[in-house]
Amino acid sequence: MHTKVQAHYPEERQRRISFRRRLRPAELLIQSFLFFCAAVSILTTLGIVLVLGRESFAFFGEVSLKQFFGGTVWQPTIGLFGIWPLLNATLMTSLTAMLVALPIGLAVAIYLAEYASEKVRETLKPILEVLAGVPTIVYGYFALTVVTPLLRRVFGADTVEVYNTLSAGLVMGILILPLISSMCEDALSAVPRGLREAAYAMGATKLETSVRIIVPAAFSGIASAFILGLSRAVGETMIVALAAGAGSNFTFNPFRAAETMTGHIVRISGGDISYDSMDYRSLFAIALVLFLVTLFLNILSRAIVKKYREVYE
Amino acid sequence: MKKVAPTAVSAVLPSVPHRAARPYLPQRPDFKLDLAGRHARGNFWRLAFMLATIGTIVFLATLVLTIVDDAFGYVVMVNEVDPASLARDGVRLEDQSAEQLRLTLEEQLSPRRARALERESPLAERPAADLHELVLVELVKPNIAATYGLIESIFERGRIVAESQTAFPGSVLSFRSWINWRFMSTSQTARPLTTGVLTAFTGTLLTILITIVVAFPLGIAAAVWLEEYAVDNRLNRFIQLNIYNLAGVPSIIYGMLGLAVFVRGLEPITSGALFGAGSGGDVANGRTILSAGLTLALLILPVIIINGQEALRAIPGSLRHSSLAVGATKWQTVWSHLLPASLDRILTGTVLAVSRAIGETAPLVVIGASTFLTQDPTGIFSKFTTLPMQIYQWTSRPQPEFRHIAAAAILVLLGLMLSLNAFAIITRNKLRKNRRSA
Repeated sequence: MHTKVQAHYPEERQRRISFRRRLRPAELLIQSFLFFCAAVSILTTLGIVLVLGRESFAFFGEVSLKQFFGGTVWQPTIGLFGIWPLLNATLMTSLTAMLVALPIGLAVAIYLAEYASEKVRETLKPILEVLAGVPTIVYGYFALTVVTPLLRRVFGADTVEVYNTLSAGLVMGILILPLISSMCEDALSAVPRGLREAAYAMGATKLETSVRIIVPAAFSGIASAFILGLSRAVGETMIVALAAGAGSNFTFNPFRAAETMTGHIVRISGGDISYDSMDYRSLFAIALVLFLVTLFLNILSRAIVKKYREVYE
Repeated sequence: MKKVAPTAVSAVLPSVPHRAARPYLPQRPDFKLDLAGRHARGNFWRLAFMLATIGTIVFLATLVLTIVDDAFGYVVMVNEVDPASLARDGVRLEDQSAEQLRLTLEEQLSPRRARALERESPLAERPAADLHELVLVELVKPNIAATYGLIESIFERGRIVAESQTAFPGSVLSFRSWINWRFMSTSQTARPLTTGVLTAFTGTLLTILITIVVAFPLGIAAAVWLEEYAVDNRLNRFIQLNIYNLAGVPSIIYGMLGLAVFVRGLEPITSGALFGAGSGGDVANGRTILSAGLTLALLILPVIIINGQEALRAIPGSLRHSSLAVGATKWQTVWSHLLPASLDRILTGTVLAVSRAIGETAPLVVIGASTFLTQDPTGIFSKFTTLPMQIYQWTSRPQPEFRHIAAAAILVLLGLMLSLNAFAIITRNKLRKNRRSA
């Protein structure tokens, strides 16, 4: 090779044009701006962690971790900060929601992926998307004005309180249903055609093929949909703020009022709250628990897909 | 396909007689072919799957129906003062001139209330329609005695008429659309009959404007970096992973972030004090439209980035290569080819994200949207309330009339979201048509 850059074209030889790589400051500037924009997401995460961490640190300076995670009474006015009543209510509403959303969502997904014709599928999917696009506050309104009165009529107004975790949980299930059904449908549709045809060739009926072949093959996708739905339910706020009740209550009775973690944050921060008080800091401690739980669920959901996904050629 | 399975087995067996001695099927006692039962089960579950799907559609219909049912219907009103007693010079209240109405008001209002109204806008300058309204609100004082839903109002009209006559003698029964022009164009007041959504509507629009201005360029730039520039190294993988995780963080956490960073930390900026704004007695501290818009921008940023990446990924590589091959720089390729080609998809994704921001309530409660606000927001440093906040407030009131205005506000909110989506679809189709003809 020559040490000098060889000029192939007459223009280049006459130095009228250069094909050599030029330094372009504008391009570099743009590039660094784009990188900065992408890095904003890291700043956001850092912000969340720092904000929640700092206030929680101050909080745990006065309330011990043992008290926080061991206590069964949440009464900030008398200095009792046990998170269990709030955590319990969150679990109750979320599990109720999953009890509604998973079976129905999976049934809808199986219908859409295995039974419905192309035309039916194309009509139904936008409807499910509309359901997913309705603001959660509207669901809260529905829970309070329709579902709760219905429950009270069915089970009796004496057993069912005006605010109860069952009503909030049921409506939350419907909120999550489109998410679950669309994720499950994607998972089911991803199962290769060959598996279906092999099952039919062995004499399996459509139901047997769907339930024993396709669903197990898509299991990782379904499990991750379930966990993502659970994470969504745990973080859901407006439905529980409206329908589940105010005031913490350690109860396992779904007909009684109980405040969830998110409901508590909304109620307390919606009122007049002074900065740097224990009330204010306790909200950040709850938010930290909420953040960690949902983060764990989200990571778990993706890990399941990654690890257990059946890879087909 | 369904018929293949049974015929295959039953047809093969008898047609091969010499194999009959050595059957294909296992002969264990627990093995039953039971085709009829299997098909019955199949049909049963097929029906169950179908019902589940129909159920979700029925639910959506019920949801819409409930809202419409609550937004219209009969209202029984009882007047504190009989309008007939306000006749002046033998002219009925409805037909009086502005002058006559003004005299009535001046005679009967308490001096303090009269002064308050005078301050809002001088009585002498108000038109007759306004004054008539004022007489009704201030003097006749109609109170809601009972309300009915739309379905009741249509099918049980007779019962409602009878009930209102016996239970509330002297009452006026009228059909009311809770969502009406007045409701759309008046600011918030404390009474359900006179309140409006203008305050909340303006608040929503201003907040969303800030959210779009901040989140759209930032999100698309980040998507361009990740799809077109980023090399596969640890840092970029971390950024990508981080964005996926941020998309799953509950919205209320963003509210806490906004409260600590925008409302408290950056108070001099978000309250407008640094720019000399918002000091006119209306102290909003950091709880302003700017804070809300920035918080929502952070909330929808991951969604916009992920959608933007998908849009860019859908562009065939040949477009990039041909642009680079004729000597365009990377940025020229992105700006003149990739972004225009993916604009329709980017637009759709952004509208989805913005719709989410419009309906978001929880983070706004946390950063301190005002619960009761009679003044419309004037700029980005004003205190604010938004439509979902308003719906939240009204729904949590126990009185039935607040439920009706909540339903009316929900219709306004859904209408806003629907028109935004329609706009996006129309624009997208136009873009696609332009591209095809080009």
